[in-house]
Order: sequence, then structure tokens, then C-alpha cells
Amino acid sequence: MVLVDAWRFVADNPARVLGDIAGQLVLSLVSVVIAIAIAVPLGAAIGHTRRFALLAVNGANVLRALPTLAIIAIGIGLYGVGFINIMVALVILALPLILTNTYVGVAEVEPGTVEAARGMGMTGWQILTQVELPHAVPLIMAGIRTGTVFVIATAYLAGTAGYPHTLGSVITNPTLPVSQLLAYTVIAVLLAFAVDGLLLIVQRAVTPAGMKIVPVTAA
Amino acid sequence: MTDPATQEGPVGASHRGEALAIEFRHVTKRYPGQDAPAIDDLSLTVPPGETCCLVGPSGGGKTTAMKLVNRLIEPTSGDILIGGRSVLTYDVTTLRRDIGYVIQQVGLFPHMTIGANIGTIPRLLGWDKERIAERTGRLLDLVRLDRSYAKRYPAQLSGGQQQRIGLARALAADPPVMLMDEPFGALDPITRAEIQDEFLSLENEIRKTVIFVTHDIDEAIKMGDKIAVLRPGGRLAQYGSADELLGDPVDDFVADFVGADRGLKRLSLRSVGELADPGREAPPGAPSVSAGTSLRVGLSVLLAANAEVLEVTKEGRPAGAVTLAEIREAAGS
Amino acid sequence: MSLRLQGPVIPDFGNTSGCKANETFCWDWFADHWDRFAAELVQHVYVSAIAIVIGLVIALPAALVAYRLPRFETPAVVFSTILYTIPVLGFFLLMIPVTGIGLFTIEIALVGYTLLLLFRNTLTGLRSVPPEVRAAALGMGLTPGQILVRITFPLALPAVMAGLRVVTVTTISLATLAAYIAPYGLGQSILFYIGNTFISGLISAGVLAILLALVADALIVGLTRLVTPWARARRGGA
Ligand SMILES: Nc1ncnc2c1ncn2[C@@H]1O[C@H](COP(=O)(O)OP(=O)(O)OP(=O)(O)O)[C@@H](O)[C@H]1O
Ligand SMILES: [Mg+2]
Repeated sequence: MVLVDAWRFVADNPARVLGDIAGQLVLSLVSVVIAIAIAVPLGAAIGHTRRFALLAVNGANVLRALPTLAIIAIGIGLYGVGFINIMVALVILALPLILTNTYVGVAEVEPGTVEAARGMGMTGWQILTQVELPHAVPLIMAGIRTGTVFVIATAYLAGTAGYPHTLGSVITNPTLPVSQLLAYTVIAVLLAFAVDGLLLIVQRAVTPAGMKIVPVTAA
Repeated sequence: MTDPATQEGPVGASHRGEALAIEFRHVTKRYPGQDAPAIDDLSLTVPPGETCCLVGPSGGGKTTAMKLVNRLIEPTSGDILIGGRSVLTYDVTTLRRDIGYVIQQVGLFPHMTIGANIGTIPRLLGWDKERIAERTGRLLDLVRLDRSYAKRYPAQLSGGQQQRIGLARALAADPPVMLMDEPFGALDPITRAEIQDEFLSLENEIRKTVIFVTHDIDEAIKMGDKIAVLRPGGRLAQYGSADELLGDPVDDFVADFVGADRGLKRLSLRSVGELADPGREAPPGAPSVSAGTSLRVGLSVLLAANAEVLEVTKEGRPAGAVTLAEIREAAGS
Repeated sequence: MSLRLQGPVIPDFGNTSGCKANETFCWDWFADHWDRFAAELVQHVYVSAIAIVIGLVIALPAALVAYRLPRFETPAVVFSTILYTIPVLGFFLLMIPVTGIGLFTIEIALVGYTLLLLFRNTLTGLRSVPPEVRAAALGMGLTPGQILVRITFPLALPAVMAGLRVVTVTTISLATLAAYIAPYGLGQSILFYIGNTFISGLISAGVLAILLALVADALIVGLTRLVTPWARARRGGA
């Protein structure tokens, strides 16, 4: 029985399995954090100034179109195999989602709200940090959530990129028995759902209360 | 840049609570890429504590004129003075904090409570918590909303309530000058009349110099001490009191704008008591109204009774009479 | 399992002589091997296209059903979300014992990934049609079927096309992984040259896959403009 074998494989190799899970999580975390560090400031700046918006949106779409395996392949040619290689590919995977969501969240604050803030004498920085970014939080978090799930569900390609300390050590090695494959695939799915659920809780916690209320009147 | 937390506004400090004149001096605004100016050589002065209603057709430059005051738009030429000092000499941020700004879209911050919305500028000015809370409560009283509303969010308020909060937020730092761009335009007629009345009574308590943009001439007559009519192209057609505009429009454009019924409108500005000759006695059976009644209502009473003379009473006692001919003359035209 | 992971360690220079082993990209070599890449490119296109078409055939009617019977929405979303979250490679490999090594297995997995986005976007699009528009159509005497075909679906089209756009580039991306289990697409060359010190093969396959995705993306954008002219009028008019 494949299922029994799969379970036995996990039960017999706890250190290896936990190590691979930890490796997958660390790799994903580092990639997502880097993507956030680039995408949120950039998206906020573009959304706030409304300059280069077309460039950013199209750039994000181009990034989104890049096949991860192709990035890994070209990366091997340009900067070799290893952690950096897979990390770059994963950052490119998550970046466009977070970038567009941040941009849209900031840019789509009601024009009247921004004008009122300006008219009241709030500086550009105060408008960005006190009005636009809080307004964008739900969208930014949604982008981070989707990006993280993508990254976790793709991080196993680390195996192909020459960084084996992840679930990719099994998933990208088709010579191994199906039972091991099944075990790691299920783990990968569970991991993605768990992190998604966790981020949903974070999202609820950081969303300003006023943003959750459905208006009673169409004012 | 000075620290905004410790800085009182330019117009502020010494002036806070004291009304200031707003003066446009040959102001022209030409938007980039447009041949015709949006504002063309506009000169007018709003005396301290008065409300100036800017009226005119859509695209006439009302919003532009108003935004020039708090420098959301910079003039192409000319100057605007508040309390005798050019707005161009101030730091824009501090300037704006001393000018209340209310717009039709209201623009409440959806992620902040009502209290936090009202307290935005005091917070930026570095007031302490108790002072902000105290001010917020007073402002909620002022706009006649229960203090418990401070904890709600904008999405939980009706359109009229949101507009009241917009007003309270603009008043938060007690600015000497208020700019209001069609503030009540999106409200239904009943709510609108209610808020207009509240703002008028509030205006009596807190004398401020107000520029009030509207395209509704009736609102302008009701709210404005003075009315400025702009024609397309942003030129000033006429500037004066409602009575002057209605009684003596300078040309057909203004006459058209104030409406064919301007005689009637003018009658609603004055009471029968002002016109009544206290020495005259009304004939028996003449219809009777109290002195505070508007001439417009007096006229309709006369017409309904098919009479020539209207008896005017004060506290229930006869206090003179007005004739149909006199009312007709007061309507002018 | 017949797998092609073991590429030759010695560079396959073919007849080309002008290339150096440590060169980033050698045009001569690429020209010499163009036939191979062209064949893989064509495979890549049809492997992706089949998956996208089947995905549409399943997801659009499913979204219509869910639009009419909201009960159906949650199970459909949960099902397609699970499919969407499975690592594609694991999906491929786990299907092998069931469906064997070949195109069928690849398509099943790829179709699985198209469903969530196509379904969700179509449903969102259908639901975004203002009720008053449908009420007006009903009042004008259109039958429910006519309303669906002439009003609701066209108005939902921008959302459908947005989903299709993402699905297209994703499918092309995932199709590079198909080569792990069967000889299809540009992934073959990537896996074939991956252990090689002569990197022109990797670069060629990677760049071709990227170009294919970008061209497909541009085509979908053009198609969107073509089928939703009103959306552009609104954008331009504002
Ligand atoms: N940011 C801008 N850039 C270019 N032109 C502008 C801008 N804002 C306004 N205009 C133009 O300037 C003119 C005056 O506009 P303004 O908004 O001041 O009119 P308004 O009297 O407030 O009209 P409404 O009653 O419709 O609000 C119009 O012709 C308008 O098209
Ligand atoms: Mg205006």
C-alpha cells in the first residue's frame, strides 16, 4: 500500500522530513520577505505619486509571465546553482502579486479622501502612512498571502536549482519510490494551507476595523 | 521645515478664534495645456466673519477659485491674502491646517473612527489626548450628533451624518477660515435644509470667514452674506449681497442665473415688519400676519385672500399695514 | 520510469566549431540546434493550449451553474483550490501510476491548475453585472437565455479575460515541468542541459520559454481589447 509506505517513510525519517520542511519554510520566508521589502515600498511610491504606474503594472505582468523553471535555468547559466538561484526565482514569483496589490490598494483610495487630507494640511508622507497604507492593508495582505502560497507550493524546485534541503529533495527526484513522493506532496499541500490559514489570521488582525464594515447606506 | 507638532499655523497663534478677511487680487489661473483661463483676473474681498457664496455654471471656475486659497492649486498670476498676508508666503502644510476644508465627497478616512477623523489635525498639531477628546466631544455636540458616535466608523453613518462629521473635522483646530465646496450637494433636500440651518446657527456662534461654493442660487441666497457670480471662463460677473444681485443684476447673464423669479426670491429676504408703516391701519377684514413673516409669504397671503392691504401684527397686536403695491415695489425688477 | 535527467556531461557541440565551453551564449550552437528547440516550442504551445481550452470548457459552465445555484460554489472552490495548491510536479508524478506516462497525465495536471482562476474570475464577472441592467433587459422583453448570452456574459467577459491571461502564462510556466515525466515541451532541454557546463542550451531553452509566455500574454491582452471594446472606451473616457 502506497499510503502505508508513505506514512512509514515519514515516521521512520522524522529528522530528515522535519529538516526538509524547515528548509522549505526558511527558503520561502526569506524569499517572501525580500519580495515584500522590494514590492511594498515600490508599490506605495507608485500608488502615491501615480507616476510610472503603467510601467509598474506592465513590468509586474512581465514578471508574472516568467516560467520559474526558465528563471532557474537562466540563473544557473548566469550565477550558478544553489540557494541564491532558487531564491531569486521565488522572489520573482511573489513580487508582482505584492507589487500590484500594494499599488492598487494605495492608488484606489477615494480621490475625495486624499483631497480632504491634503486640504487639511497633511503632508504627502502623512497621507501615505496614515491614510493610504492603512487603506491598502487588506489588499497588501491578500497579495502577500497569495504570493506566499505560490512560493511554498513552488519552493520544491530548489531541488532542480541545486539546493536540495527542501521538500524538493524528494519531489524533484523522480527515481525515488512513489510512496515518498506522495508523502512529500501531501506535506507540501498541508504546508501551503497551514501558512495560508496563518496569514489569514494575521490579515484579520492587522486590517483596520473601519475597513471591515459594510456601509449601511450608499452615501 | 519646522516641527509641525510644535507649530501653530501661520494665520493661527495670535489669530486663532478671530476672523480674517480673504482678498483675491487680480488672480488668474491657467491650467497647463489649456488656452482659456479657468480663473480670469479675479478680484474680490470677503470681509472678516462673512460668508461669501461662489456661484456660477458648471466649469465656471468655482472649485478652482476655492482651491487657490488653500493652495491645492497655485495661481498663474495675482495673489490671495488672508488677514492681509499673501498665502504664497506660508508653508502650505501649516497654511492648510489653519483653513477648514469641506468637500462634497466628504472624504472621511474609512479606517479611522469618527473620533479619530475629527481629531486628525489636532493630533498632527500635537495636542494632548484629553484636549483632543474634549474638543471632539464639543464638536459632536456642535453638529448635533451624540457623543457616542465618536467610536463608530464612517461606514456606519448615513450620508447626512458623514457630512456633519466632515464639517466637525474641518472645525477641529478652530481655523479662522473655512472653504466649503458644494458641501451639502449630495444630500436629499430635507437633510440638506436641516444641515444648512445648523450651519447658519453655528456660524453665528463661531464667526468665521467662509467661502462656500454652490451651483444652487437658492442655497447661496440662504447661506451667503455676499454672493459672487462667476461666468464661464472664470470672470467675476457680479459681487454683492443677495438683495443687490436680485434687485439689480448687472446684466442678462446674472439675471438669468439668479432666475426669472428673482423678484419673489428677493421678497423672501425681507420681512413684512421691515416694510410695514406703523402709522397705517388695515381696513376691517384685512388678512393679518406677524411682523417676522417674509414678504414672500405675505404676498401669497394677500393673493389668497384677494386683498390689497395686509395687516402686520407684533406679539398679537396690530403694528401697521403693508399694501400690495408696496410689496410689488419691494420685489423690484 | 524513463526520465531524461541524465544529460551528457560533455557538451554537445554538434558541427559547430566557433563555440567556447565557458561562453554564456553561442549563437552558432543555437542556430545549429534550432530544429530541436523549434520542435519543443511547438509541443509546448499545444500542450499548453489543450490544457487552457479544456480548462475553459470545464470552468465556464461550472461558473454558470454556481451563478444560478450558489450552493455549488463552495465545493467547487474548495476542490479547485486543493488542485491549485498541490505542487505541480508532485501532481504529475503521482498521476503516473493511475494514468501512465504521457500527454494525458500532463494535461490532467495542467487542467487542474487552470480551474480555480477561471472559475473564480468568471463567477466574479457574472456577479458584478449590476442587477438593474438585468432588470432593464428583462423589462425590455429579453428572455433569461437572451439576457445571459447578450447581457450578462459580455459584461462578465473582462473578468473572464483577466483570469484567462493569468491562466495562460501560468500554464506555459507549469508546462516546462511536464518534461519531468514525459518528453514534451521546452522543459526537455532545460532538464537535458541542466548539469552541463556549457550553458548555451540552458539559456536558449529558458529564454524561449520566457519569450513564449510573453508573446502569449501580449496576444491575450490584444484579444481582450478586441472582445471588450467598451471597456477601453470607458477607460479612455474618464
Ligand atoms: N486639474 C485640472 N486640469 C485642467 N483643467 C482643469 C482642472 N481642474 C479644472 N479644470 C478646468 O477648469 C475649469 C473650471 O473648473 P472648476 O472645477 O473650477 O469648475 P466649477 O465651477 O467648480 O464647476 P462645477 O460646478 O462643475 O464643480 C473647467 O473648464 C475645468 O475643465
Ligand atoms: Mg466644482
